[in-house]
Amino acid sequence: METILSIQNLTKKFGYLTAVQDLSFTIEKGNVYGILGPNGSGKSTTLGIVLNVVNKTSGDFHWFDGTVSTHDALKKVGAIIERPNFYPYMSAEKNLELVCRIKGVPYHKIQEKLEVVGLADRKDSKFRSYSLGMKQRLAIASALLNDPEILILDEPTNGLDPQGIHQIRQLIKQIAADGTTILLASHLLDEVEKVCSHVVVLRKGKKLYSGRVDEMIASHGFFELKCSTNEKALALLQNNRAFREIKEENGLLTAFLDEPMEAEVFNRFMFDNGIVLSHLVKRKESLEEQFLALTGS
Amino acid sequence: MLRLLQIEYIKLWNNRSSRVLIVAYFALLLCIALIATIKFDIGQVHFQVAEQGIFNFPYIWHFNTFVASWLKLFLAIIIVSMMANEYSNKTIKQNLIDGLSKWEFIYSKFLTVLSFAAISTVFVFIVSLLLGLLYSDYNEISIIFSDLEYLLAYFVKLVGFFSFCLFLGMLVKRSAFALGFLVLWQAFEGILYAVIRWQSDGNMASAIADFFPLNAMGNLIKEPFTRLNAARTVASQIGETITKDYSVHWFEIAIVLVWTALFIYWSYALLKRRDL
Repeated sequence: METILSIQNLTKKFGYLTAVQDLSFTIEKGNVYGILGPNGSGKSTTLGIVLNVVNKTSGDFHWFDGTVSTHDALKKVGAIIERPNFYPYMSAEKNLELVCRIKGVPYHKIQEKLEVVGLADRKDSKFRSYSLGMKQRLAIASALLNDPEILILDEPTNGLDPQGIHQIRQLIKQIAADGTTILLASHLLDEVEKVCSHVVVLRKGKKLYSGRVDEMIASHGFFELKCSTNEKALALLQNNRAFREIKEENGLLTAFLDEPMEAEVFNRFMFDNGIVLSHLVKRKESLEEQFLALTGS
Repeated sequence: MLRLLQIEYIKLWNNRSSRVLIVAYFALLLCIALIATIKFDIGQVHFQVAEQGIFNFPYIWHFNTFVASWLKLFLAIIIVSMMANEYSNKTIKQNLIDGLSKWEFIYSKFLTVLSFAAISTVFVFIVSLLLGLLYSDYNEISIIFSDLEYLLAYFVKLVGFFSFCLFLGMLVKRSAFALGFLVLWQAFEGILYAVIRWQSDGNMASAIADFFPLNAMGNLIKEPFTRLNAARTVASQIGETITKDYSVHWFEIAIVLVWTALFIYWSYALLKRRDL
């Protein structure tokens, strides 16, 4: 697989504070990555370093095959970090013309990308007259101008109203569907869960996990069940090796699986043992539960 | 290089306040020509400035570059704010993320400074040439094009001053504070001069002060007024003879060029070190 970005042992210290500590991960072409972590966990700092605006303390990173300088590599990257930053006195179109000049992209891309984000009819309005949602969409248009190999988004839905959040997420999904590699930093779990295939989890600058989202915790899920004879069911399940832990709470039994098992098989097993279920659900831990388990808070 | 200039052009020309200031600056440069029309009619005395010899070649090169350099403050405001605005709008960060290198960023600003200085110099050259052709008592080609080193000094002076402004904008990040700092620095040079003079002697003090950045820029073009015939006549009447060296010296230019290089290098070093 083609590597887009690789980071090795990256460390950044701000005085006594270590914002990023010994971080390593690799980004491959074609996947949608999430960097997940609570506020202040080093997400933006990490992105700042690879985007040439924050100086690293130690460690290394390289873009693509490592033969181009960072600023030349960035011409093939589209990135927005934190707030959308444009010249407030210039129209959307002029702002994008400037980005075209910097990236070396022809002007005809502007109209195309403004249409993608639905701002074509407001292209002559000054940036300062835009709402936050529109500013964020303009930032995405700007990041897409060069048809980037990778799109980097840092908290793209931060501060937006529900409608704005929905628009941005639709846009991201649409871009991902076109095959663009995406790196999305967020503290919102459902955002990462909905959009990303891979995730890097950070806490206090340290990597806790990196890999596929669905493999974040090796888990076969669990059953939630109810029946009129809870004691009998509890005894039966505790004697079954397929379950590692059984919990009872408010008359609801939760049985954690140690090996894969379908709900159908489970239901028949219970019925064959004389237990009739009034409620049965098979679930996996949500990313939130996995995340809290990982970050230990 | 052209690409960097185009980038800066888009940034500057679309900003209404900088556009107004730039236009106003060049309009004011033109107004130097209006000095020619100053006339006094007090009873029997007819006095017209243009007839006092200030538009004589080659003196006009000296006089006009000196007067024009007062107006540089207009462009200084633009340069300080174009730097500081990049910080307040955080567009400096976005420019770097979009793929401008840190050196390209500083270089594009320096190119803007060079262009402003060059355009201003050409402008002053044309205005002076026309005024001279209209009013000068001497119109031989060899006289017209003598003493052109004042134009070179003017160009270097502007480049040095604007580079200083660029550096201050970079250092302070707020345009108002950077301009305040500029005034403060001017005062600081004066105080430092006074202290050295007090501790040693006048010659020593002015020798050292020649190396202060603003003072060095000021030294490039000395005041032209005492060089006028009218002033000399007055001086000789009160028994004074003015002996002053008005010419432009290579070492004065060299000092300003060294400061320019330092300011640009420091701006780059600052940007390189900073986490944005």
